[in-house]
Amino acid sequence: MVFTLALRNLLHDRVRLAVTLIGILFSIVLVAVQLGLYLGSSRMITANIARSNADLIVTTFGAKSFEDGGLLLGDRERHQALATPGVESVVPLVVAFAEWRKPEGGSSRVVLIGSDADDQGLLPWGLIQGSVEDIKAPDAIAVDSTYLSELGVNGIGDTAQAAGGRVKIRALTEGIRSFTQSPYAYTTLNRARQLLGADDDKSTFLLVKLAPGANITEVQKDLGHRLDSADVLTKDEFESRSLKQWLFRTGAGLALIGGAILGSLVGTVIVAQTLYSSTKDHIHEFATLRALGSSRGYIYKVILAQAGLSAIMGYVLGMAIALLILYLSRNSSLPLVMTPGLAFWLFALTLFMCAISALSAIVKVTKIDPATVFAR
Amino acid sequence: MTTTPVMQADNIVKELGAGAGLVVAVKGVSLELVPGELTLLMGPSGSGKTTLLSILGCIMKPTSGSIRIADTKIDGLSAEELAKVRRDHLGFIFQSYNLFPTLNAIENVRIALDVRGVKGFAATSRSEEVLREVGLGHRLTNYPRNLSGGEQQRVAVARAIASSPSIVLADEPTAALDSENGHAVMALLSRIAKEQHRSVLAVTHDPRTLGYADRVVRIEDGRIVGEERRPEGIDSPEITDLTKRRKLHA
Ligand SMILES: Nc1ncnc2c1ncn2[C@@H]1O[C@H](COP(=O)(O)OP(=O)(O)O)[C@@H](O)[C@H]1O
Ligand SMILES: [Mg+2]
Repeated sequence: MVFTLALRNLLHDRVRLAVTLIGILFSIVLVAVQLGLYLGSSRMITANIARSNADLIVTTFGAKSFEDGGLLLGDRERHQALATPGVESVVPLVVAFAEWRKPEGGSSRVVLIGSDADDQGLLPWGLIQGSVEDIKAPDAIAVDSTYLSELGVNGIGDTAQAAGGRVKIRALTEGIRSFTQSPYAYTTLNRARQLLGADDDKSTFLLVKLAPGANITEVQKDLGHRLDSADVLTKDEFESRSLKQWLFRTGAGLALIGGAILGSLVGTVIVAQTLYSSTKDHIHEFATLRALGSSRGYIYKVILAQAGLSAIMGYVLGMAIALLILYLSRNSSLPLVMTPGLAFWLFALTLFMCAISALSAIVKVTKIDPATVFAR
Repeated sequence: MTTTPVMQADNIVKELGAGAGLVVAVKGVSLELVPGELTLLMGPSGSGKTTLLSILGCIMKPTSGSIRIADTKIDGLSAEELAKVRRDHLGFIFQSYNLFPTLNAIENVRIALDVRGVKGFAATSRSEEVLREVGLGHRLTNYPRNLSGGEQQRVAVARAIASSPSIVLADEPTAALDSENGHAVMALLSRIAKEQHRSVLAVTHDPRTLGYADRVVRIEDGRIVGEERRPEGIDSPEITDLTKRRKLHA
């Protein structure tokens, strides 16, 4: 009966129900978009690190992000790393911003990534045309299909200038987006060094694989001592460093999280308002219930059920719209991301929002005087 | 009759309002209710009937005086404990029915069982049963807006007796009804008292209700000023010389 009464109370006033649902819906969509953008951005920022075949990553001292390593590590560091107990292999990786000159004129920037297919260090993924073998050809490069027009090319076979030399598109990927909006361009280790004019032992990162059974924390510490001008990070540590750089130093992440908080506040206020006015309208019924002997808890349950039912309806509508926006954003340069985890937390947030909203209504019914039932 | 009271109110005083607006609505009322009787509490408007009924119904706390229900003293109980006393012993009928507009007849009765923890099939079948008892077997799924005033009040009566309370309290149950429906509801209350052996107290200032009473308690200005009882053995509604008897006493 609690749910029956709650549902009937909600359906009794359709306009108010519509306002409630729109309030929740707006909140959910806003929060889903903000957090979806946040997740989408995070994934873009960390994708290359996550894809790197490494247990530990050696960066130059203080490197703030994946794109920010310079080309300072050389053979000395590589040999020192290799000589460290517990280290099985050390693979150099080159990452650097480079100027990209379009064939038809004009220029933009790319992030050049140099890694050898045979080393299995960091290879482009999501290939839709060409293969990693094709990238071994002279001047070959792989870019993401999303950015073709920005790069002023049409597809496989087109050539352009990257930093100091000519490159030819030999493979295309799908879904490798760049948070900096400078597309990633994958080539071989040596070609990357040549294009960037770097010595042929230089690299941005050293990808360290551990020997079976080695203790990662000990090796990390040991490497840290040996390589005093470098940082030795786990993938997780490097990912959070990059996130910190791009999302928090730039304020982008704060804007997204702030938007999400604002969205849930607005939703809470709207739901609190409608729930309170609904309770006020039904106050005489609640007083009757109380006179009939219902406990206070029973009445709270009715109000919480009203809040919960609104939450479920609002969530379903909100998610439907959020998923639609997600679908529409799939080919944009900043696609939204929705995960089961995020969907779950959004639902928890909706319930929490509605529970908080119920507080003012609950305070209202707590003050009900059942004696008012006779006064009508 | 060999009945022990189900309710004993002793020297009830109730002050309402405060300061200059202070009103002593009930000024030392003592009253007993026994099972199997329909008692009418009659008096002019403002004489304290509703206030007294609220106190007897454990809805309002008296300023002083004490109340026993089924041999339990209820003085000093908390609001939640009083709610439990209402669940366990009391049924209410109101002048304006106080049905839930969004619930149909059977649901309106069920909710009174629901707050008492009676749910599911037991609640549904009991609700049907009492609605049939009040003659609404053909109106089970009607909503209040599709019921006449008399029918609505009968739903309210069904709701009041669904949990088999020992005491049923009614505040002006016929005031909003036409003569025919008023008589039907009073007959129903009388039957509930007699056949189900409950104690029914109805507040009224409607003289049409007199014929159904086993006992009439007169209240004026917060005090009981007279009490008459139907003579033993006479139970026809036509015997309404209670008023005459009162005049003789006066
Ligand atoms: N909340 C209140 N505050 C002050 N006075 C009240 C209040 N409620 C009722 N009264 C007064 O108490 C007296 C008794 O009221 P009530 O019990 O409603 O009378 P009845 O039901 O017999 O008409 C009346 O004089 C009324 O004005
Ligand atoms: Mg009254």
